[in-house]
Amino acid sequence: MSSDTGVETHVGARHRATGRRMSTGRAGDKIFVSAARGSGILVLVIMAAIAIFLIWKAVPALQRNEASFLTAEEWDPNALPPRFGIAQLAFGTVISSLLALVIATPVAIGIALFTCFYAPRRLSAPLSYVVDLLAAVPSIVYGLWGLLLLSRHMEGVSSFLNTALGWIPLFGGDSPGRNSIFTAAVVLAIMILPIISSISREVFVQVPRANVEAALAIGATRWETIRLAVLPYGRSGMIGASMLGLGRAMGETIAVAMVLTFVPGINIHILEDGGSTFAANIAKSFGEASVTGRGALIASGLVLFVITLLVNMAARAVVARRKEFV
Amino acid sequence: MAKRIEVSGLHAYYGGVHAIEDISMTVEPRSVTAFIGPSGCGKSTFLRTLNRMHEVIPGARVEGKVMLDDEDLYASSVDPVAVRRVVGMVFQRPNPFPTMSIYDNVAAGLKLNGVRKKSSLDEIVEESLQGANLWNEVKDRLAKPGAGLSGGQQQRLCIARAIAVQPQVLLMDEPCSALDPISTLAIEDLIAKLKSRYTIVIVTHNMQQAARVSDRTAFFNIGGTGEPGRLIEIDDTSKIFTNPEQKGTEDYITGRFG
Repeated sequence: MSSDTGVETHVGARHRATGRRMSTGRAGDKIFVSAARGSGILVLVIMAAIAIFLIWKAVPALQRNEASFLTAEEWDPNALPPRFGIAQLAFGTVISSLLALVIATPVAIGIALFTCFYAPRRLSAPLSYVVDLLAAVPSIVYGLWGLLLLSRHMEGVSSFLNTALGWIPLFGGDSPGRNSIFTAAVVLAIMILPIISSISREVFVQVPRANVEAALAIGATRWETIRLAVLPYGRSGMIGASMLGLGRAMGETIAVAMVLTFVPGINIHILEDGGSTFAANIAKSFGEASVTGRGALIASGLVLFVITLLVNMAARAVVARRKEFV
Repeated sequence: MAKRIEVSGLHAYYGGVHAIEDISMTVEPRSVTAFIGPSGCGKSTFLRTLNRMHEVIPGARVEGKVMLDDEDLYASSVDPVAVRRVVGMVFQRPNPFPTMSIYDNVAAGLKLNGVRKKSSLDEIVEESLQGANLWNEVKDRLAKPGAGLSGGQQQRLCIARAIAVQPQVLLMDEPCSALDPISTLAIEDLIAKLKSRYTIVIVTHNMQQAARVSDRTAFFNIGGTGEPGRLIEIDDTSKIFTNPEQKGTEDYITGRFG
């Protein structure tokens, strides 16, 4: 492997060298280079400014906090003395997003495979369009839909899951309800469906014809071709797509805030009413929050930011793990 | 292990485009038949009709008859997937599965055929790689990606993958056009060796190659721009290259056009 690295470094060095030589010093070049560099730096500056602002606002509230910020389940930053912790929010966010991902990913990849490989061409373009259109529906509409329509029908589904799979702690509990983390997860799943589906579709379309024909030529059926040539090629793309979906699910605010009924404390039984997430909590509480309350909410936002960052890093690690084969 | 191919009255189309017209020929088992002709004359298209790969292109269709011994490949009861397991194919550019190891590339077709036992997989993988003259070069790195091999090795890996499922016929679509002379020689040696077991059809732009490797040679041409490709002449290779019946064939092989 050391020889490979050697080659890479060598190529890298050559690229840098040509990169310098390509800049001829003409005015157009100079303007373009500074514009590009400026945009790049600007992103970093904005990110840093946001982080600094959030920390600056969060620290005073954290100093006044009487409870353990990371492990406490209560959220009373407006009380005196303020007591707040993110345990419940983190639980609700992670569980609802992961569940949404588990529901959405197979469906989204199924849609992408269908539009790419199974649907007649006349159907596949309109179908992709409609799926993409799901992304254009405002999240408040999803929230209304989830609250007014879906939650009513989720009652039966939840009771069924509770009866059939009640031995799994997540689906346990005595009173499966409508406004549960599970209902929120279903709404989230529909919301992240289009992004996972359309990115997967883009990846599948790019699978080289040669790979597909290689599979066909050894007598693979359509599904076997997908398994041999398409899915392995699209693997990192699908993981990336799922992670974007997960990011969106974790950050989703209003739809979740509308669906969930607030009940304090972590409840492992996700079919029962209650639960909250970082974003939903911020949306619900920010208006009536005191200065400390706002600081507390900002601190919780920071945590959400860190979790999202960790998810992305984990995804990159997964993608990079089998790089030798891609 | 090897079967005779008999083609009669075969036409192929891409949507509304008539690509090849009324081709009839017989390909003898355990022999190498080379297809030569200018670009766009339908050699590759015709080759792809022999394992029903032509029809995987949207809008493409085939008319006519291809008999493999006494089975019509285009009979309505025939599953194209089953045809491709009997008629293997090697492509112009080496196309090992990029995400698979050398071993898995060769084993891919076997696994499709339901071979699961590790010992029989090992055995056939080794046999196929040896059959493709690649075993000695890769036996110590079977778990490494197939895409990491050189172009010539990749092409031999693709041949190993094709022969692992023990096809009756091996179709090769310009298998050496992306390779250097040394690798080309290795493939040509391999073709000479494989012909004792398989019916081999090879499309080539290299007339020396056709003369070197094939027993029979078929010359294809088009009447003019936009017209379908036609089979001009098929005969023993020695005859095609020394004393062809058709003026067009002679013009082509002596380099007077094309």
